[in-house]
Amino acid sequence: MGAGHSHPLHLPGTSPVHRLPAEVKIVAAFLGVVCVVVTPREAFPVFAGYLLVLAGVWAIAGIPPGWMARRALIEAPFVVLAVLLPLTGPDPRVEWLGLSLSEPGLLGAWNILVKGTLGVLTSLTLAATTPLRDLLLGLQRLRAPAIVVTITTLMLRYADVIAAEARRMRLARISRGHDPRFLWQAGATARGIGSLFVRSYERGERVHLAMLSRGWAGRMPQLSTDRTTPRHWLTAMAPVAVAAALAVTGWLTT
Amino acid sequence: MTAADAGTGPATELIGAAGPPSVHLEGVTYAYPDGHLALDGIDLTIARGERVALLGPNGAGKTTLVLHLNGILVPRRGRVAIDGLAVARDTVREVRRRVGIVFQDPDDQLFMPTVAEDVAFGPANFGVAAGELAARVDEALATVDMLEHRDRSPLHLSGGQRRRVALATVLSCRPEVLVLDEPSSNLDPVARRELAEVLLGLGTTMLMVTHDLPYALQLCPRSVVIDEGRIVADGPTRELLADADLLRRHRLELPFGFAPP
Repeated sequence: MGAGHSHPLHLPGTSPVHRLPAEVKIVAAFLGVVCVVVTPREAFPVFAGYLLVLAGVWAIAGIPPGWMARRALIEAPFVVLAVLLPLTGPDPRVEWLGLSLSEPGLLGAWNILVKGTLGVLTSLTLAATTPLRDLLLGLQRLRAPAIVVTITTLMLRYADVIAAEARRMRLARISRGHDPRFLWQAGATARGIGSLFVRSYERGERVHLAMLSRGWAGRMPQLSTDRTTPRHWLTAMAPVAVAAALAVTGWLTT
Repeated sequence: MTAADAGTGPATELIGAAGPPSVHLEGVTYAYPDGHLALDGIDLTIARGERVALLGPNGAGKTTLVLHLNGILVPRRGRVAIDGLAVARDTVREVRRRVGIVFQDPDDQLFMPTVAEDVAFGPANFGVAAGELAARVDEALATVDMLEHRDRSPLHLSGGQRRRVALATVLSCRPEVLVLDEPSSNLDPVARRELAEVLLGLGTTMLMVTHDLPYALQLCPRSVVIDEGRIVADGPTRELLADADLLRRHRLELPFGFAPP
């Protein structure tokens, strides 16, 4: 719950990482993830290096590793898939605790696991240090298509409005004896979702009218006057440079 | 912009205001795509600085009329002029700057992540530059007494505060005509009175769509009653509210225990 400044993935702060302009952080996070992805999966120590770089950023930003670890659990459903690979992968196989595991499967699982985890941690670091609306501003400055920025801005605002509407509809339903524990009552929930869609659509039309009335012409106006300096870029690129060096090391050593 | 096509209606001459009227509608007729006639020959002139209440039952055409004032709907017949500027395809932008509409549900109006950004949205669209923009935002928020909430999310405000912010988002465009759709709906009595105090202090031309007859009496010296797309009464609010027969014919009703003073 909460909009804009109180998101569960955001950890408010005033550290140098928090103060960097959003577009700089978006580019740095993207390049960091690219480095991780292109690293050969056998370069095991290099992945430890990436984790150290991230840990360094967390230390500067004042993010407790435990806080980060709890949010990294988002990844769990994807890990399930990775666990299956060693069991179902091709030969050659290795014996481990009485299990016959596929060697390419193990490497494949490790590849998904380590790159996925590092990617999630990088995204979480970006989210933790950047309020959602700054991310939008960053996307806008990175020349993301105007329609994408507009849609995301509206989603950011109306996700909560629609959630509140859904909550009120649910309360009204259960107040009239609806108990969706029973399968045959699922129909009412489904119809509720349908009418929520229609209501949201109608609201969308009203919002559009209100925006037109205030002179909207298809583009979000740029409202922030803060300037991004080369210094900001240099600061953000420091960890990316380390990551790039690690990636190159990975290629040279395997 | 041509001042020439602004007709001076009888109401303007009556009040004797200088210059073109703020709002001038002449024979405005509008039908929905299904053929339903929503507005049927509306003639209405509102002089500069006047505060007018637009009364009428549900489905009378009040909102349709409001959407004609800033060119969102275009009349099938007749014409609309704002402050002497005829509403047309090439003037619609300037018209929208001149006419500020505060919609009924603030959640429809407030869509930016913070209050200040929302208030800045209108003037930024109309080309107000960065430095001036901040001043406009603060001025508008100060007018509605919401300056200390400028960086909050609209979601975390009370209904009355949201309504006042919605008003500020329009005031920051410095409109010549302020249009309010049901401004007092869903407000508690204190928020309702606070909003009235803000509105009375503005001095802009105002058209207020409302079912809240005591609010109309408090804020608007003149009222227009519309029913089935036609203007059926136009006169001093006090006189219209005293005409029990007129009110009954058009499904208007004073609240229990309320008698116009």
